[in-house]
Amino acid sequence: MKNESIAIANPDKHQLNTEAKISITLIAVGLLVFTASFFNIKYNAAYFLPISLSSIILGIILYSHSMYLNKPAGIKNDGVWFRSLTARGLVGWVLGVVLTSFYILLYWFPTFLGLGTNGEANTGVISFFDPLSKILNGKVAGQWFMYGTIYTTCIVALGYKFILKYRHNRYQVIRTIVVIISQLFLAYLIPEILEGLNSDKAYYAKDLKNMWPLNYYFFDAWHIDNMRNGGSLGMAYLVWGIVLFLIVTPIITYFVGKRWYCSWVCGCGGLSETAGDSFRQLSSKKVSVWKFERYIIHAVLLFSVVMTTGILYNYFTNTSTIFGLDTYTWLRQPYGFLIGAAFSGVVGVGFYPILGNRVWCRFGCPLAAYMGIFQRFKSRFRITTNGGQCISCGNCSNSCEMGIDVKAYAQRGENIIRASCVGCGICSAVCPRGVLKLENTDEENRLNNNPIIIGNNSIKLQL
Amino acid sequence: MVAVKDLLKRYNASNKHVVIIGNGISGITCARNIRKKSDFCITVISAETAYHFSRTALMYIYMGHLRYEDTKPYEDGFWNKNKINLLNRYITKVESSTKTLHLSNGEIFSYDILIIASGSKPNKFGWLGQDLKCVQGLYSFQDLQLLEENTKNAKQAVIVGGGLIGVELAEMLNSRNIEVTFLVREKHFWDKVMPVQEAKLIEKHIKEHHINLKLESELQEILSDENGKVKAITTKLGETITCQFVGLTVGVSPNISFLNGSEIKTDKGILVNEYFETNIKDVYAIGDCAQFTTVIKGRRAIEQVWYTGRMHGETLAHSLTVIKTNYNPGHWFNSAKFFDIEYQTYGNVPSIIADPFNSFYWEHPVGKMCIRVVYNLQTHVFIGINAFGIRMRHEVFNRWLVEGKEISYVMEHLAEANFDPEFFVRYETEINLKFKKEIVVL
Repeated sequence: MKNESIAIANPDKHQLNTEAKISITLIAVGLLVFTASFFNIKYNAAYFLPISLSSIILGIILYSHSMYLNKPAGIKNDGVWFRSLTARGLVGWVLGVVLTSFYILLYWFPTFLGLGTNGEANTGVISFFDPLSKILNGKVAGQWFMYGTIYTTCIVALGYKFILKYRHNRYQVIRTIVVIISQLFLAYLIPEILEGLNSDKAYYAKDLKNMWPLNYYFFDAWHIDNMRNGGSLGMAYLVWGIVLFLIVTPIITYFVGKRWYCSWVCGCGGLSETAGDSFRQLSSKKVSVWKFERYIIHAVLLFSVVMTTGILYNYFTNTSTIFGLDTYTWLRQPYGFLIGAAFSGVVGVGFYPILGNRVWCRFGCPLAAYMGIFQRFKSRFRITTNGGQCISCGNCSNSCEMGIDVKAYAQRGENIIRASCVGCGICSAVCPRGVLKLENTDEENRLNNNPIIIGNNSIKLQL
Repeated sequence: MVAVKDLLKRYNASNKHVVIIGNGISGITCARNIRKKSDFCITVISAETAYHFSRTALMYIYMGHLRYEDTKPYEDGFWNKNKINLLNRYITKVESSTKTLHLSNGEIFSYDILIIASGSKPNKFGWLGQDLKCVQGLYSFQDLQLLEENTKNAKQAVIVGGGLIGVELAEMLNSRNIEVTFLVREKHFWDKVMPVQEAKLIEKHIKEHHINLKLESELQEILSDENGKVKAITTKLGETITCQFVGLTVGVSPNISFLNGSEIKTDKGILVNEYFETNIKDVYAIGDCAQFTTVIKGRRAIEQVWYTGRMHGETLAHSLTVIKTNYNPGHWFNSAKFFDIEYQTYGNVPSIIADPFNSFYWEHPVGKMCIRVVYNLQTHVFIGINAFGIRMRHEVFNRWLVEGKEISYVMEHLAEANFDPEFFVRYETEINLKFKKEIVVL
């Protein structure tokens, strides 16, 4: 029954077709060129970076074609629990270790990746990205430019794969196009280009949608100052950043749920939904894990509010301590290390193949927690269940990346109103009996009052 | 394994002991609803699995979409918390005179109230070779385990019988790259239930998945190799088809052989009245294994559907704990999925639509979506709908059926009943244009 195939789409593919072979070769060559740059092999990055990235992207596109387009459109989950990569087998663990190690280097040891310090030139893999960085923002690459480029490549290429996989489902297709556009333009190209155009001004975050508290340094003194000194563009970012989390977010969340952010425009969510799609079934659906999740995610939100309050208090009073404790040492630094780097980065993505693709979003993201409060108590969004049609098969729960045991609700005809739901819509897509629908309608009938099974006139059992 | 006597010690002896045979959807629904309303001591006995799982999800385990544990509707701790005993045993004999059950390991178990919900077993109609190795039906968890074993080295398979389990089995084998020949005796796929146009749409889709669908083909004999394993089948038309596996999916019948020699009256199933009472006091039967002595109009004597099993369970639990209640199902509904095409039905859509009924059929040009609405020619009252590839709201259709809405009302308000995900292309306008063109009587 176990199959150690590493095919991403379909197990037991006895023979790869020509298209698949070519695409695997392209991806391998692209990765090889990329990996070679780790070892400081001297070649001209101006040629080899585009060769590497485009062969990876082209390879993934061709591979997706060979996997999905030769079959009728429909749910493509065959073998998900048999494959080593997607069922926590050897390949999954190796990938988890590789990703985690990469994040450890990225956050804490960027010099190992070739980041030049004290004015030295970049070497290694970071220097590989210098030419592209110069084109976009006029500077040599930093580790975050390199990371942003890889990140965006993953979302674009694997987003394309996702679109083919769910091509029969317009909600998924449209949502994923928005995910790709948000990442490519709002999070990557526009900020980099603006950075280049404003190279005389100090750095501040220019991703229009990356708001506090997800962007935890937004209210740092240096960041506020850089925005204030950043001319009208900087001031606009400062005002927008505050309006976005304080006014815009609650309003949109009221109308459509937190999905507008989490599974449509967010960068973390974007990676989860595209590159992480193969791992959604790995999230635990146990009630005990749900209990843990509620404690930890709200603890992170509280931590971020306390930390930010301390920093803002210091900023306005021109002090550096709060209640006699140094704010940086006791709040800001631990938050950045524990939450910003270790949780959201290392664990958040590194553990995709082990704990599922939404580890950070589910257990750690303070913005998700903040929007979750609105979604739970004041929103028009819910997942409606369809009368008596549920057969308790478990496909919905299995595919919930946030670990919601969807079928527990569906099988008793109860609408799903959960703080954590990111509205990806995959539960609805995989349901074989048409039971689930993501909806925004009247608040009044949000918790429906239908009988558990419609159609039994003997008795009407209510929840 | 828990010893039976230890299990019983945990309960107050003064409580009524309800024993349910079978942990499928009927038995479990009944157990849960009895628990909600009473302090009865409840024991569910099953030889199939230690915990209740969703039988309809068996196919997803084989296809690798789910693991067995993902098909359990309740976490394992649920049963202890709700004081429902689970006993993984096989019952060999029911002795109603002493109110005892004889278990396969020699233990004897007594009950005050016995509910039999032992489900079904696959049909075999006495074909030559039906008991060869690698020939099987698909109903239970054990069947699934056997299927794993039996299809290990199979390259070609034959499925006999064109119903819901047959098409599921075809999809399962297809997911493992096994070449499938699908023999359907009837002129069209599932045409006892579906009108021909719907049947044809599904046939086309089955073939699109490279299933070799053979209509009007009947099994003659299953041929054995030298090891008693299937090597081929022959059809009544004399065709020989090489295969290493044969799936028999020609329906199921009540699994009641363990009642042989008991005083409980049976026919095809366990005979019950509308209160699920058998001929023996304090013995009830629900779900697939029950056969109604008086058949409710428009329903079947034996109801072998997930949803009816749930309703049986709910109703009997109510009778035993609150007030004696007869089984009174409302408007029919059901659903299925044929490979990638979802199917939902509400109300009554006969396979042959004749006076006093008429129907209107719309099919999308691509041929993966269609709806059929049936109405009464005289009264214009809406009778039922088949929807393929379009999701509909159960609640809305149930309401329209209860209120006896006319067909014109239903067509006008079709959009209200749509349950497709957001951004899906909607066809109500198109459907109504065709409807107005064709149905002029109204």
